[in-house]
Amino acid sequence: MFVRKIISSSRVQQLLIFLLIYGLNLQLISRPLPESFCSNQESQEEASDLMAIVNVRIIPVAGPEIPSGTILIEKERIKALGSNLEIPSGLRKIDGRGLTAYPGMIDSFSSLGLVEISGVSATVDNRETGRLNPQVKAIEALKYDSMHIPIARANGIVAAMVAPSGGLIAGQSTLVKLDGWTNREMVIRESLALVVELPGIRGGRRGFMGIGGQEPAVSTEKALSELKELFNKSRMYEKRREAAARNLLLPRPDFDETSHCLLPVVKGELPVIFAVHSDKDILQVIKFVQEEKIKAIFYQVEQGFKVAEEISRAGIPCIMGSLYGLPPVWEDGYDSLFLNPGLLNKAGVKIAFSSSSSSAAKDLPYHAAKAVAFGLDRLEALKAVTIYPAEIFGVDKLMGSLEPGKLANIVLADGDLLELGTRIEKVFIEGREVDLNNRYTELLERFKKREEEK
Amino acid sequence: MKVVISRTILFIIFVLALLAPESYLLAAGNLLIKNATILPVSGPPIPGGEVLIIDGIIKQIGKNLSAPAGARVIEASGKYLIPGIIDTHTHLALSGTNEGTDAITPEVRMADVINADDPAIFTALTGGVTMVHTMHGSANVIGGVNVVLKLKWGQPSEKLVVKEAFPTLKFALGENVKQSNRVLLPGRPQRYPATRMGANAIIRRELLRAKDYMTQWERYEKLKNSKNPPRNLLPPRKDLRLETLADLLRGKLYARTHAYVATEMVEFLRLAKEFGFKVAALEHAWEAYKITDELLAAGVGISVFIDSWAYKMEAAEGIAYNAAYCTRRGILVSINSDSSERVRRLFNEAGKAVKYGLTQDEALKMITINAARQLGVDHLVGSIEVGKQADLALFDQHPMSAYTRCEMTIIEGDVYFDRQQILKNREEAAARKGGN
Repeated sequence: MFVRKIISSSRVQQLLIFLLIYGLNLQLISRPLPESFCSNQESQEEASDLMAIVNVRIIPVAGPEIPSGTILIEKERIKALGSNLEIPSGLRKIDGRGLTAYPGMIDSFSSLGLVEISGVSATVDNRETGRLNPQVKAIEALKYDSMHIPIARANGIVAAMVAPSGGLIAGQSTLVKLDGWTNREMVIRESLALVVELPGIRGGRRGFMGIGGQEPAVSTEKALSELKELFNKSRMYEKRREAAARNLLLPRPDFDETSHCLLPVVKGELPVIFAVHSDKDILQVIKFVQEEKIKAIFYQVEQGFKVAEEISRAGIPCIMGSLYGLPPVWEDGYDSLFLNPGLLNKAGVKIAFSSSSSSAAKDLPYHAAKAVAFGLDRLEALKAVTIYPAEIFGVDKLMGSLEPGKLANIVLADGDLLELGTRIEKVFIEGREVDLNNRYTELLERFKKREEEK
Repeated sequence: MKVVISRTILFIIFVLALLAPESYLLAAGNLLIKNATILPVSGPPIPGGEVLIIDGIIKQIGKNLSAPAGARVIEASGKYLIPGIIDTHTHLALSGTNEGTDAITPEVRMADVINADDPAIFTALTGGVTMVHTMHGSANVIGGVNVVLKLKWGQPSEKLVVKEAFPTLKFALGENVKQSNRVLLPGRPQRYPATRMGANAIIRRELLRAKDYMTQWERYEKLKNSKNPPRNLLPPRKDLRLETLADLLRGKLYARTHAYVATEMVEFLRLAKEFGFKVAALEHAWEAYKITDELLAAGVGISVFIDSWAYKMEAAEGIAYNAAYCTRRGILVSINSDSSERVRRLFNEAGKAVKYGLTQDEALKMITINAARQLGVDHLVGSIEVGKQADLALFDQHPMSAYTRCEMTIIEGDVYFDRQQILKNREEAAARKGGN
């Protein structure tokens, strides 16, 4: 009634007519604009769903290098690639002369979007209070417009696992692409894995001058028996809830958040990422994983090289922690962290590198290169930032290599992808060219003006 | 009888010499490094070059050099020889870092607390580092007197100190000194200063006090040296705190200040001008790219991270272009680690600058000759030149590549780190274990 009243009033009618005419006019005016301002070729590009990167050296990772070839992209996917590819005329062509095309890199463990400025707690969202937090989800706090994301992207990283940290059960990690206008637009896998942190080799985290410390470290044995109990409780909880659903006379257990959130884990649907460190602990966790029949991924494994065969036999993939660290034990040798990835790889363990950071996420390729300096094969290093993480996360049908049918996550570099001096010229995420400007370039441009104004 | 004794002694010495491992027979500090690609930093690369070292000093650089008897020969074909890496800002090899109980503690000296057993010395050697500026921490506005060390692992602390280096006094500004990230416990009072205003004011206050102190002493000296000195003339009270600051004002000490944001750097340079003291470099200097004109005018260099940033508010505008852009503007830039871990990959940190606009040569300079200049030791080290001390590092690939690995680190002609030797030792140890 009220609405009809307003529309029927003559003033509003006039306004509507005005808007209609003005709107049409705008359309008439705006229509010729593309033709007058843009070249013919570009207007054709818009019409086409196809795009081609031509004259480019291609490292598909999945197959042999193509010294000079073409990548044909249709919408968000790679349609074809090869050295003698016939491409239809009239599509957008990107000249890749002097550049090398690589699959975009995947950071296998990061805090991108959860930690902005680590020393300012108001900007830190990766560490929940308490020890058991299977209910918290990284995706639900992910700051999609983090200043660190465009910087990582400008170094050739197109996707990241973002993980919470702290306590025994840190929470649920997420797999995201580094592009999107909201956190939800970034999702590849909303919940990728449950993150479990076992005690470090040097013992538990201590606070600074008695402030901010966690409770004294529990042993790995104790932590695992605690997990076992929680898992059993969750299984029992499910059984009793199901039984109660069938039989109204049976008592129905009250809602229990931890048991509820652990269900996908005990059912083997949601993998567990174990942050595990010493050789002894690794063996214990292998046994635990086999007994509990859960899907597991190892993280950090600083002494993994000592039990590489056992990890390999168990078929558990390993995500390397940051190589920017010191060996946990002096006796392991000064280079143990650098040797570890190569030795694991040689034993047949599937490895992936991680930045384990947000502000240094862009350094992902350099961790891989460091391992090469200490024995890891170059192509294996490249795989450990592309196809191996995709396989570990179960998204290798979508990404991780340049192959027809996969998402067009492509990086064009002016040199070796893992090399320090290499510049990334273009990045495509799902076929879209993303903006490589970032806080570094923006601040530089802003303050360069001072010099230029003189 | 006498003759018999001396002959016996000679015989014993001879037998001992035979028993001693080979290395002891070689004169220390004598080396010939062959067939390396030499990156002298002071000039263009020398492929297939040789360096002859006698008594720890570079005697000859060239080709087909011959080693004198007793000199060790190192075959380095395919490898890169660079000047030993110099880290201009570390806290390693110290048994204490911060006298943070007071905002002003220039009386403390890092040379008093050198810990020659710190494993970080070895860690640094594994990354080709031969010299470090090891400093007081940034807990207070005026810290202590820093010290420059050569990383002669295994030697006593007094043998590590580089006496020729600039004596420097640590200053700190910003978040650390105003304690903005510190949890205040109930009952613990807040320390002055708690703002950047206070930090500047307290420096001015202390320097005015030091000036006053100097005047008191001048008056005393004048009276003492006058024709008729007063009979009960007493000297002013010695104050070690003010004595150190007086040395800064006399130009005997150089200031090195921890600073992040543009404003605090501009203001510190103004203080330096106001009181006429010398500034050797600004530490961290994350916003240096905003004030290149002021830095050039003051002739002050910076000692910075390449990209370690956003760990606190004042580091949130620290861009990875800082080092490269400031170098392009003509500012003397060195890359530091400020870490007993990062120190071993300082060459990787410098290498990153290539992405942000420098050549590999310029990047390498930031951890060698530029660092030496900032420490006042560029006449001794920092490049491979005849007459300089033989502080060198050998890498298996170009040191600015991500794929490189340090193979050997040499200080004054003595090998302090040798990766191949370590691998050999490991193999032997494994064989012993296997044999049991």
